[in-house]
This record gives sequence, structure tokens and C-alpha cells, in this order.
Amino acid sequence: MAKNDIKVALIGNPNTGKTSLFNQLTGLTQKVGNYPGVTVDKKKGTCKLSTTQNAVITDLPGTYSINPTSIDESIVLKTLLKKDIKESPDVILVVADVENLKRNLLLFSQIKDLEIPTVLAINMVDQMSRKGISIDLTALKEELNTEVVLISARKNQGIKNVKDAIIKCHVAAKASPMCDANYKIDPEYFDKLKAINPNFSLYELWLMVTQKNFPAEISKKEKEQLLSFNKDVSRLKKYQHKETIYRYQEINKVLKKTYIVDKSKATDLRSKLDKVFTHRIFGYFIFLAVLLLIFQSIFDWSSLPMDLIDTTFAELSDFARNNLPMGILSDLIVEGIIPGIGGVIIFIPQIAILFLFIAVLEETGYMSRVVFLMDKIMRRFGMNGKSIIPLISGTACAIPAIMATRTISSWKERLITILVVPFTTCSARLPVYAILISLIIPNTKIFGFYNLQAFTLLMLYALGFVTAILAAYILQKTLKIKSNSFFVVEMPNYKLPSIKNVAFDVLEKTKAFVFGAGKIILALSVVLWFLASNGPKSYKNAAENVTNNIENSQLSATELQQKIGSVKLENSYIGIMGKSIEPAIKPLGYDWKVGIALITSFAAREVFVGTLATIYSVEADDENTTTIKEKMRSEINPETGKQRFNFPAGMSLLVFYAFAMQCMATLAIVKRETKTWKWPLIQLFGMTGLAYICSLIVYQILS
Amino acid sequence: MNTIASLRIGEIGYISEGALEFIPLKLLEMGCLPGAEVELIQIAPLKDPLYICVNGSHLAIRKEAASQIQILKSEF
Repeated sequence: MAKNDIKVALIGNPNTGKTSLFNQLTGLTQKVGNYPGVTVDKKKGTCKLSTTQNAVITDLPGTYSINPTSIDESIVLKTLLKKDIKESPDVILVVADVENLKRNLLLFSQIKDLEIPTVLAINMVDQMSRKGISIDLTALKEELNTEVVLISARKNQGIKNVKDAIIKCHVAAKASPMCDANYKIDPEYFDKLKAINPNFSLYELWLMVTQKNFPAEISKKEKEQLLSFNKDVSRLKKYQHKETIYRYQEINKVLKKTYIVDKSKATDLRSKLDKVFTHRIFGYFIFLAVLLLIFQSIFDWSSLPMDLIDTTFAELSDFARNNLPMGILSDLIVEGIIPGIGGVIIFIPQIAILFLFIAVLEETGYMSRVVFLMDKIMRRFGMNGKSIIPLISGTACAIPAIMATRTISSWKERLITILVVPFTTCSARLPVYAILISLIIPNTKIFGFYNLQAFTLLMLYALGFVTAILAAYILQKTLKIKSNSFFVVEMPNYKLPSIKNVAFDVLEKTKAFVFGAGKIILALSVVLWFLASNGPKSYKNAAENVTNNIENSQLSATELQQKIGSVKLENSYIGIMGKSIEPAIKPLGYDWKVGIALITSFAAREVFVGTLATIYSVEADDENTTTIKEKMRSEINPETGKQRFNFPAGMSLLVFYAFAMQCMATLAIVKRETKTWKWPLIQLFGMTGLAYICSLIVYQILS
Repeated sequence: MNTIASLRIGEIGYISEGALEFIPLKLLEMGCLPGAEVELIQIAPLKDPLYICVNGSHLAIRKEAASQIQILKSEF
């Protein structure tokens, strides 16, 4: 960022097209970072305002007011209260929806009282004539005493005017409060407040009192003085209420002179669609149909790119193996890093497709209707209508799902949602389910048409959801957390999704997965590779011992190599670990080989398949999955003399993978979001314990 | 006592002046002010939450909060 760049903060109510404007202004220069100390994503981008002037634009989370009720919203307050001098904006760009101008101006009036230069961009003006709205722009500018521009961000109209207004506002750098509401309420009280530090605007000081949020320039003494105002809570509350009423009175005065709505001209698409989408019966059917469509599409659309990624990385490994000089470094690349990266990339198609659907549903306004329909049901289980979005996202990957809980303002409901999301069937479980199902479930039809294997998979999905819901119910009853939250969801107008917004959203969430989960999966892959390719003496002598064994003299060269690989793994550190947990997992029907696979699954669950492939000394190429299956099928449990992966053991493993917390990346994200190791540890031991008990019961009953 | 929760679908009421202290700040900020016209648009299938339109804002709020907010019905 150059020194003379204007720092612009983009602020607005949710559903005002703030994101569209941000995308128009910054395009591909966007970068997502983190706010220090909190985990809300910070989106920044550069915008060329004129030939000589650039601006760095920060997209702040959507909010209805500066007084925050969720973590997302508290960012706005923190940015505006200049907690961080480097981040404090020179100009604030407030986006408002032309149809809800009155409500949008409340936030504007608060910001104006902070006495920072402010530009008001009234968005979606292309809808004005359809809604019967007319605005006297000159009068509005005068009344609000600020730069006002009319734009249509989606249609890329008025963007140039926004840029000009930012420059103009920055140059003029004059800023006067709009309401100074507080003086009207109790002049004496607020004079005393202002006297504490006249360098701040009255409203800033008031926010420090009500939100207990202090900038660095506030001295310890001043802080104490401010906190003394906080003692009389009922008075604060009363004054906040009065302030809001006063603001609306001022806004009404302004709008009376400048804003006319002819209601007779308004068309009513919203109420017609609402009658269908929120219908007490059809509403649920439509939601169910949408869900089925989404899951079907994920399977249909992702199989081709996933196969492609799979083969590409297998070829890349081969290529590297053949072209790199032999040695530990090339082993690390061929067996650790390339498969590790492949293991991350392989999930991108499923995750991107799911987030594509979620972004479209959110953009159209349908998601708010789902929240409305589901709130009461979810509340019975200690969650919130808004929890439905994380729970659906969890079927792709728990990491973006857990991040999606940030909009839930009640801490208890949010925490419960975070804790149960990993029960939903994420995409890493699918390869494991696929191979186990094909081993133990016959490929026959039930009810004459439904494939039994597909049915089992469906049941596993259902098991994930049901367990999540039941776990939430138990947590609701046991967690002693007091959190008073107020539930309010705006029901936005229905609109066609903007391709640009959807694309950016998908890109951003996929990135969150790749960089959030990816680096942990990759790091663990390397660690596991090391543990699997090193070991004590017996490991080093493996090749010699196998070759010298007379039993093996009949084997072909490749078979011999595979046998050596298998024996090496058995004697590696990870093999030793697998063997040492064998007594614990024996009652579940597993041996040390499965034990190794369970341990390696901590990188990502799908590693299970690859690990077993190595153990059963086959190449893990795609074409050879049948060979893995054959090998697994012919594996004998020496104690019973029966198949190792028979029905009881297979079911037990399925149940284990459905419940166990085996994802380091998820644990790391939960730690980040809850700011303590307590909750991820509860997840790790609670879920894995549940998995152990259930698998034990399943195996013991079935065998 | 009439509250937002006692409205029928399609019915309009006016938030009474005395309701101010029972309206959560967040809702107040979203336009749910004393004197404002409030219409009940839809009730969720399990009778909760309520979908209302107040001061041009379309909002879903829980019944618990809605039953705290006194209104005068339009016929008065």
C-alpha cells in the first residue's frame, strides 16, 4: 500500500449489495486476511480512483448498527473506534439499499456522528421506478451534509461517481455530526462525558461507554472515568433507546423532504414467492427438494474432476519418481508432499460445488426463508435457524462450515453448532465409506429398484445428521452457558444471483478450505510419511529378510518389492504404533493394520484407503481399487479363521468413521474460533469415545 | 393486551408508545419503533418465528420477543 492511498472502509446493512460494490471497485485485487485477535475474515482490495489516486478498500461485515450483536459486527465497531491506527479509515463509504433507505440511514447517522468523512452510496437505483421511488438528490446531499451518489452496483452504474465522491470527500476532509442525538437527551450528562477527552467526538466516547471498547489513545484515568458512566445500566439502556428514536425522527425529517414512495406502483413479487417458499407444508418440501438436488449434483458433477485430479497426481508422483535422483529428498517429494497436496486438491470439486449452491441460495434471498422455516425445530436442539447453513456446509467440509457459524449471535447456540458440525458426513469420509460399503454390502436391489449400496450410503448421511442433532440436544441440556441473544433475521427481497458475487464467494470459501485445512493435511502427510518410512533395526533389515526368506523365492520382482514394502511398513514407527494400539481396537474387530490406517486418518480420513493399499502391498492407483478390495476381502482374521473385513468388522468401521473426530484441521479451526483448547479436546475425546463405544457394540452384537 | 404475537396473518397494528423499553435495541435499530405500523406477514409452520414488516423492514423474530411488544390494533 502506497503512502498516499486513501483508506476507505466499506460499511452497510446486510443485503444492500455491499459485496457487489466491493467486487466492482476492487475486482481481482481482493485479498482475505485476518483481523488481529479475532477470526473474522478481512477483505481488502485496491481501487484506482483516478489517474493519480488509489484507494485501499476494506470490506467490513454487514451490520444494521454500530452496536454489535455478533463477532462479525463487532469488527465494524473496532475498526471505527480506531483501535488500530494503521487501519483507521480516511473515508467511510456507506452503502444503502434504495428501498430500505430509512433503516439504512440509521447506520449512516451513527457513522456520521463519529465525524469521519463519509460518502453515502444509494444502491439498486435501477429498481426505483419499479418500486415507485423518487429521490431529490441535491436536497438529500444538503440535508445529510455529505456526498451522496446513486448507483447500481450489479449493473456497474454510478461506480465512477463513487470514486469521484471518495476523492472529493477526502480532499474536503470536513465532517460534522448528523444528529448529535445524545445532547438532546440529557445535555448535562453528555457534557460531562465529552469533558473526559474532547479530542474524541461525543458519539465515540458514548460508544466507548456502552460497548466498553477503548482506543489506545485513551489513558487509564480516562478509561476509569468512562467506565464510571457504565455503572447505571438501566440509564444507559434508556439513553440508547432514546438515541435510536431520535435518530429515526431526524431521518424521517430528511426523507420527508427528499424521498417519495408511490406504493401503488410497487409490484409484489415478494409476497407471491413468500406464500410458496414459507408455506407450512410446501415450504419444507421445497427445501427438501433443494437439498436433494444439491447432493445429487455434487455427486454427478464432481466425479469427473475428482478422477482427473486423482490420475494427475498419481502421474505426477510417477513422473517425479522416475526423474528425480534417488534419495531421501525425492522420497519426501514423491511419497509425502505430492500425495499430500493431491489429498487436499481432490476435495476442491465437491467443496466448490456445494458452496456454489449455498452462495446462490444466499444471493437469491431463499436462505433467509429456510432460516425462518427451521428456527423453531433447530431451537429445540439448542441451535438456531441460522445453524442450518453450517450443517449443510459440513457435508462438504467442516472447516468452512464452522466459519459460517459466525453470524449466530448467541454464543451458546453458536458453540453447540460448532461442536456438532463435524458429525455431518464430510467429503473426506466418502472414499472410506465407498470402499467399506463395496466390501460388506451386496450390490443388490431392495424394493426392486433401490441399490442397497447406495441406500447404505444414504443411511450413513442420515446417521451423521441425526447424531449431530442428538448431540446438540444433549449439549443444550448439559452446557451451562448463559447467553442472552436476540434472534432477528432480515427477509431480503428475492433477486437473481449475481454471477460475480457467487464466483467470488465460492473462491473465497474454497481458499479457506485449501489454506485452512490444506496446510495441516500437508504437514501431517509429511509427518506420517516420515513415521512410515523410518523405523528401528527390523525396519532397516526388512528388504534383506524378505529377500532371504525361502518362502518368497517364488515371487516375481514386483511382488517381492510389494512384499518388502509391506514388511517395511509393519516394522516402521507407524507400524509399531499400530501394533501398540491393537489390544485397544481388537474388541472392535480391527487388527494392527487397521490401527495404522486409523492413525494416519488423522491427516484426513480418506488417507485410510491409501494406507491400507500400502499395507496390503498394492499400488494405490485408481485402476487398482479392485485390487485393494480383493486384498481386503481375502484378508483373514487368524483368530476366527474368517474374513477380516466381514460384515461385523466392516459395520463397526463404518460406525467408527461416522462418529470419530479424526480431523486435525477441524480441531485447529475449532480452537481458533472458540479461543481455547477446551472445546476441540471435548470434541476429540467425546466423539472418538462415542465412536469407540458404538463400534464396540456394533461389532459385539453382529459377530 | 395486544402484542405483535397476537396479530393474525395480514393484520396491521401500531406499536404502542409504552412498548419502548420492551423492544430490544437491535430491533429498535432495525426500525421497530413506537408508533410504527407493523404487519404480520407469515407465521412459521411451528407457530414460531413470526415474519413481520415494520417501517419497511421485513424481519423474522421469535414469538418470545414479539409477545413483549405491545401494539394497538388498527380498528382502534
